[in-house]
Amino acid sequence: MLCDVCGKNPATVHLTEIIDEQMNELHLCEECARQKSSQMESQFGLSDLLAGLADFEKPLSEQEAESAKCPNCQLTYAEFKKIGRLGCGQCYTAFKKYLGPLLKRIHGSNIHFGKSPLKASRVIKKKTDLQELRLKLQKAVGMEAFEEAARIRDQIKELERNKPVDS
Amino acid sequence: MKLNDLLNHTSEWLKGTGPHSDIVISSRIRLARNLDKFPFPHWADKKQSEDILEVIEKARESIGYLRSSTLFKLADLDGLDKQFLVERHLMSHEHAQKTDHKAVIIDDEEILAVMINEEDHLRMQLMQSGFNLFEAWNAINKIDDAFANELSFAFLSDWGYLTACPTNTGTGMRGSVMLHLPALVMTQQINRVLAAIAKLSFTTRGLYGEGTQASGNFFQISNQVALGHSEEEIIENINSLIRQIIEQENQSREAMLSKNRAMLEDRINRSLAILKSARIISSQETIELLSMVRLGADLGIIKDIDARRINELFIITQPAHLQKIENKKLTSQERDVKRAGLIRDRLNTH
Repeated sequence: MLCDVCGKNPATVHLTEIIDEQMNELHLCEECARQKSSQMESQFGLSDLLAGLADFEKPLSEQEAESAKCPNCQLTYAEFKKIGRLGCGQCYTAFKKYLGPLLKRIHGSNIHFGKSPLKASRVIKKKTDLQELRLKLQKAVGMEAFEEAARIRDQIKELERNKPVDS
Repeated sequence: MKLNDLLNHTSEWLKGTGPHSDIVISSRIRLARNLDKFPFPHWADKKQSEDILEVIEKARESIGYLRSSTLFKLADLDGLDKQFLVERHLMSHEHAQKTDHKAVIIDDEEILAVMINEEDHLRMQLMQSGFNLFEAWNAINKIDDAFANELSFAFLSDWGYLTACPTNTGTGMRGSVMLHLPALVMTQQINRVLAAIAKLSFTTRGLYGEGTQASGNFFQISNQVALGHSEEEIIENINSLIRQIIEQENQSREAMLSKNRAMLEDRINRSLAILKSARIISSQETIELLSMVRLGADLGIIKDIDARRINELFIITQPAHLQKIENKKLTSQERDVKRAGLIRDRLNTH
């Protein structure tokens, strides 16, 4: 859904205004919501309320996370938080943005380096090789081992050049 | 194979052989796997659970490694049978609860056990005697590949194998080593060791896995982290921790031998004497005394009883085993009498 005001950016803030018993719904992008907010502040002094509604810095409110639902097994994120178990493999994709940080907290990492099932192994092998090399590159740069870093960069280029990686 | 055939069989992991088998009883690798088309067991309805079991049963028939194995449906087993399998470490305590559409595959050597519809669709474990995690990994890895050939597993390249609980996501692997650490307990150094283990993000459990107390100086140590490292790295991390604990236990054993030899010999021989002559004995006392006898055998203080015979006693003196051997239900008091008799028989004959 696009912003009702500028019509360009995706709407991330949803407002319901009630003026003279007339209900109005407004869908705004972050930028237009900011402007609307300062406008309303000067008019009605409602800045506190709006700030609470549109938490610009947080990627998604807690409430949105809770109501997220897996399209395959219908488990909601709130249910997952209650029972501590996911409903099916596709929950991981449905809740990806919340599970990423959670996995990192549990395991200290959220990138898999282990084996993969035989059937998928060729494509995945390449993907994990790439991940491993990128991590090595970061480390080498961090340690200012630039010769090593250049060598790793060439390996990455080489690997990327061979056939595109399916995702 | 019938379930009762196991009674006359010694599990591979009880043989008391393999590297460092004086301290390391067994090494186990467990892999968690799920089918990508079905909800995880706790979230699947009756029909789906049936289908999951059926799909895995079919897959098993095409796997060569499983030719000499048996699939037991838990709904067909009575309470005693289920407890019997738990006591042999062939399935978890949780698996024995609410048994609809659950099964366990056990190979004839009792090295491999695959639980179906436990917390995940598949929980495969391989147990070896002694300090042998890599060997266990190599074997279970092949069985996992064979299953992957027949079944489509829930897997994401970023996050690895997808499991019901996010603590298993990634490799889905848990490596566990069962240690016998009587000297560290007796010299009161065990708490220091356990605290250090917890800091390194490993877990310590008792004889029967999750939620069980350590008894008889047995401790099961396993990795907590399943994601971000390859299986080999995780195993190497466990191994290096275990090597240090073995070293510490050995030092404590030597210290006791040199400083308190008389006390140690006294305690070990008294333990053996009680086991050889008691007429009523509880399972808790049995485990504690057998632990001392096992230490005596490892240190050469007891010469005529080998590790295997002691290990077997740990298993067959448990409640379900005693009742299976007697082939009838026994009350707790009756078991204590039977247990004492069985131990006397086994320890007084050469």
